[in-house]
Amino acid sequence: MGQIKLNQVTKRFGEVEVIPPLDLTIEDGEFTVFVGPSGCGKSTLLRLIAGLEDITTGHIEIDGNDATNVPPAKRGLAMVFQSYALYPHMSVRKNIAFPMKMAGIDEAEQNRRIDSAAKALNLTDYLDRRPGQLSGGQRQRVAIGRAIVREPAAFLFDEPLSNLDAALRVGMRLEISELHERLKTTMIYVTHDQVEAMTMADKIVVLRAGIVEQVGSPLELYHTPRNEFVAGFIGSPKMNLIKGAEAEKHGAATIGIRPEHTDVSKTEGMWKGVVGVAEHLGSDTFIHVHETGLGDLVTVRITGDIQAKHGDTIYLTPQMDKLHKFDAQGLRIG
Amino acid sequence: MARAVTQQRKIINTAAAWGIGLLIFFPILWTILTSFKTEAQAIADPPIFLAFDWTLENYAVVMERSNYMRFLWNSVIIAGGSTLLGILVAVPAAWSMAFVPSKRTKDILLWMLSTKMLPAVGVLYPIYLIFIKLGILDTRTGLVIVLMLMNLPIIVWMLYTYFREIPGEILEAARMDGATLKEEILYVLTPMAVPGIASTLLLNFILAWNEAFWTLNLTAVNAAPLTAFIASYSSPEGLFFAKLSAASTMAIAPILILGWFSQKQLVSGLTFGAVK
Repeated sequence: MGQIKLNQVTKRFGEVEVIPPLDLTIEDGEFTVFVGPSGCGKSTLLRLIAGLEDITTGHIEIDGNDATNVPPAKRGLAMVFQSYALYPHMSVRKNIAFPMKMAGIDEAEQNRRIDSAAKALNLTDYLDRRPGQLSGGQRQRVAIGRAIVREPAAFLFDEPLSNLDAALRVGMRLEISELHERLKTTMIYVTHDQVEAMTMADKIVVLRAGIVEQVGSPLELYHTPRNEFVAGFIGSPKMNLIKGAEAEKHGAATIGIRPEHTDVSKTEGMWKGVVGVAEHLGSDTFIHVHETGLGDLVTVRITGDIQAKHGDTIYLTPQMDKLHKFDAQGLRIG
Repeated sequence: MARAVTQQRKIINTAAAWGIGLLIFFPILWTILTSFKTEAQAIADPPIFLAFDWTLENYAVVMERSNYMRFLWNSVIIAGGSTLLGILVAVPAAWSMAFVPSKRTKDILLWMLSTKMLPAVGVLYPIYLIFIKLGILDTRTGLVIVLMLMNLPIIVWMLYTYFREIPGEILEAARMDGATLKEEILYVLTPMAVPGIASTLLLNFILAWNEAFWTLNLTAVNAAPLTAFIASYSSPEGLFFAKLSAASTMAIAPILILGWFSQKQLVSGLTFGAVK
């Protein structure tokens, strides 16, 4: 069991309120991702759940028990840190054994769990090495191994992949997702990378300045963002947000259209513009269009490779059923 | 050409370094040399550098006159005891200052250091009277306590500096892994800080070994360490430089040997974090 419930939780550092009153429930077995720009309070929120920071007011419940004043060691949660936070003076085996040693688990059981974790994480050959002799990806696996053997109520991940290179990051992303499929344990994952959020999460919590902007499944956030911030944050490349006369035609203060929901033609369309930069990825082409009379640069995404170069005139037509409308407060209309 | 200049500069630098090193070491060298002279040669004018009749007589006299081993043992107990006790008190203090600092932590650190700015003689009377009241005058226990207190600011400062280099996330990981505060300090912090703790131990052992104000003023016979042993040869009934030098050499020899063998540790410890 690993349901985590936050009731009116706040956090202040001196005079600064980092987390205004916040309610949130994370269901048992769910993979929840906290995502937001840096400084949005997502890591602080995770540390509050872990017990590494004291909450200022409010309550935290873990499995129905009030954990507000329970020290981190007693919350039954395991955490994986961005810097891996391995014990440099211990071998991999001792690192993984440490939480079990602290819990007083007998040695035979310790070894059984170490061996099964090492096997699952491809660490069997490295058990006698020190963390300093491992690569970044291996270190992160050791950190995950150390978390698994505790059989925690929930796993907390604090930007665990940010220190890895791009290729390794994709691999580890899959490994963590597979781990979740296998263990079915509650996981809370903090990241600023919306691709990680979209690919891994059952539920995404979008945060800005300590405020929950929207909670939902990845596709809910993609299809029906509650406000302009979420619309702009989820999706890559970013949604085009257009204000002014063009928006007013649709009865909104702002309209939004995703780059992949815009049709392109060389001869006719709703908006006329000039190609600025065309990025050819092979599978897709991103075209950045300016001089559309819509204010900002408009980005479109076309499947496949199309011929477009700097200075070409181009016509854009948004798919009307995919158009997002927002009012003057930035909230979704309809 | 550029290379030649560098080479020349290298030679000058090396020579200068050796010169300064010898200058600093010269008093100790002179003490050691004098300890092998006769009393007459020791005060000869002009001074004799090496061409004297080498003799071990001073050592024989000193060994005969005083119980060197007793002084040595007192020094070991007092320096070792005060250093170990200091570490035990300072590790938790430095832990809290490095990892859970408050608004006042910097002030406390500076205040602690400021106690070192007070001349020791300023508190001689109160401490002397307290020692009499507690009945610990001329005891090793008394000296262990007073030397520990004298060196505590330095021990805390040194450990604080080393602990600051240890990433807090590792200690947080230990906390998440179920370690209590004691286990966190014992199994994670201390092993990681071993090089720092070792050089702190070493430096404070040397400081306590050489401490001469309190050891001379608070001891008479029973707890007198090697500093008192040296002082007993700067005698009121005339100067015996050769014997004084022999006593001094015997007093500094153990610490000199210890320092020599651990110099690598000491240097790396003292410059730890200097480049960060």
